[in-house]
Amino acid sequence: MPLELLKYGLRREHRSFRDIPPTPDLRRSYDVVIIGGGGHGLAAAYYLSNYHGIHNVAVLDKGYLAGGNTARNTTTVRSNYLTPPSIAFYKEGVQLFEDLSQELGFNIMFSQRGQLTLAHSDGAMRSFRLRAEMGKHMGTRIEVVDAKTVREICPHVNLDEGGAHEVLGGLWHEDGGTARHDAVAWGYAKRAAEKGVEIHQRTEVTGMAVRGARVTEVHTNRGTIIAGQVLQAAGGLNGRIGEMAGIPLPIRCFPLQAMVTQPLKPFLDILLSSSNLHTYLVQSSRGEVVIGGGTDPYQLASTRSSLPQKEALATGALQLIPCLHNVKIMRQWAGITDITPDFSPIMGATPLDNYWLDAGWGTWGFKATAVAGKRMAETIATGCVPEILRPFTLERFERFELLNEMGATAAGH
Amino acid sequence: MKVMTCPVNGPRNIAEFQWLGPVRDDEAPEGRALVEHLFFAPNPMGVLREWWQHTPSNTVFIAERHLNTDEILRTYLKGAGTTKASCAE
Ligand SMILES: Cc1cc2nc3c(=O)[nH]c(=O)nc-3n(C[C@H](O)[C@H](O)[C@H](O)COP(=O)(O)OP(=O)(O)OC[C@H]3O[C@@H](n4cnc5c(N)ncnc54)[C@H](O)[C@@H]3O)c2cc1C
Repeated sequence: MPLELLKYGLRREHRSFRDIPPTPDLRRSYDVVIIGGGGHGLAAAYYLSNYHGIHNVAVLDKGYLAGGNTARNTTTVRSNYLTPPSIAFYKEGVQLFEDLSQELGFNIMFSQRGQLTLAHSDGAMRSFRLRAEMGKHMGTRIEVVDAKTVREICPHVNLDEGGAHEVLGGLWHEDGGTARHDAVAWGYAKRAAEKGVEIHQRTEVTGMAVRGARVTEVHTNRGTIIAGQVLQAAGGLNGRIGEMAGIPLPIRCFPLQAMVTQPLKPFLDILLSSSNLHTYLVQSSRGEVVIGGGTDPYQLASTRSSLPQKEALATGALQLIPCLHNVKIMRQWAGITDITPDFSPIMGATPLDNYWLDAGWGTWGFKATAVAGKRMAETIATGCVPEILRPFTLERFERFELLNEMGATAAGH
Repeated sequence: MKVMTCPVNGPRNIAEFQWLGPVRDDEAPEGRALVEHLFFAPNPMGVLREWWQHTPSNTVFIAERHLNTDEILRTYLKGAGTTKASCAE
């Protein structure tokens, strides 16, 4: 890669190139149709075409490429979950990110700078100890630290000694980091398209024809397609798409909001979050401080923002880093998230033989873009759900085998 | 400021209210219906009937709200039927 860059730099003429080809005409049929051109759908298309020899693939997105939650997330990549199936899965996800720039020949700007989650209550400390032990057992880098170490890791934190939000300690997760969200999607899209995958922007799935236990046709605003296999990866609106296929999903829509400040000189070199205050901060490579938190307090399928939520984020951010008090907010936004009852995703098989789910990614799915894409491609190519995905089956709700990740997910994503 | 109308206290700042989730059957379900009751909560791209609480006065009531527009169409006490057309932005 570096040599390529040097060669390119020394070249006399620089011809402009397109990373992603323009949307072609829809063909009559595809071996695999992927509903949703976010990071997950594009990653699946990449692994199908680059590792499993399946090239006759169409990725359909109703809007522009990766303009859903892939474009809106705050890019936290981490594996400090609670249940063994989750830790195993997200650990693989983080590992894939470590090599992803190399894999794609596309700079995804992965910055593994560690995540520090603060506890302001005994309850939070107790849950951190459990998560740390689970994480160590599963081979991730994670430990509980005291307030003194918190200060060493992040000197800007307000420890609030004797105050209402005194910092008692933290959960230090060295594997945590961030990546450039758009680049992840573009990198996958570019390398998938090179192998013949067709990416159809502004192509909305409006319905499906189901015969017996198979989806036979996918209807879109640009015509009907005959599909061999279908992968659903439609982000916030996954519940709606499930209905089109006749598969009810345990998913509810909640908006998730975030915002960024004006750019500042680099001062915050870790990801900082607080489970009690429902706030987290990270400084981007442009110097902007990205501020996020929990979802809106009530169900809604809209990307509108609200003042109370923005005030709550600002309150949390100022409690943690008071010196931000004169800093201006530059941009703010929201995404619709598809929340499951246990804050874990739904992946794998469905009652239909040729229909596969990569859904229920809620507020936590960016970090899983690579691993979900890779493992879902394997599932589709072999017709067999790999071990690592099986606990995430839709059937877990009927069996009461939930994977409760609320504590590890609801406040910091 | 978003305003919700409490059936007892009138129009108030939405920050005074807590959402308690969709209204569902009172009867205890069994089998598949239990699974649905617990995990498959309604998520319509339309109007949802849901429980809310005006926290300062502890008034629990029902609201009908559109899940795409966030428009509050009606609020009323349980059993009061569809009285007050009370919606304000
Ligand atoms: C504010 C915010 C912060 C977040 N922070 C984090 C974080 O720090 N870390 C983390 O891991 N996760 C985070 N997330 C969650 C993460 O963004 C998502 O889980 C993840 O991006 C999901 O990727 P996806 O490809 O499945 O969905 P998306 O990127 O949403 O892609 C789905 C695509 O499907 C398309 N689609 C929908 N309906 C149709 C249709 N009918 N026909 C055709 N196409 C359709 C949409 O247009 C969309 O482009 C955050 C989310 C938000 C909103």
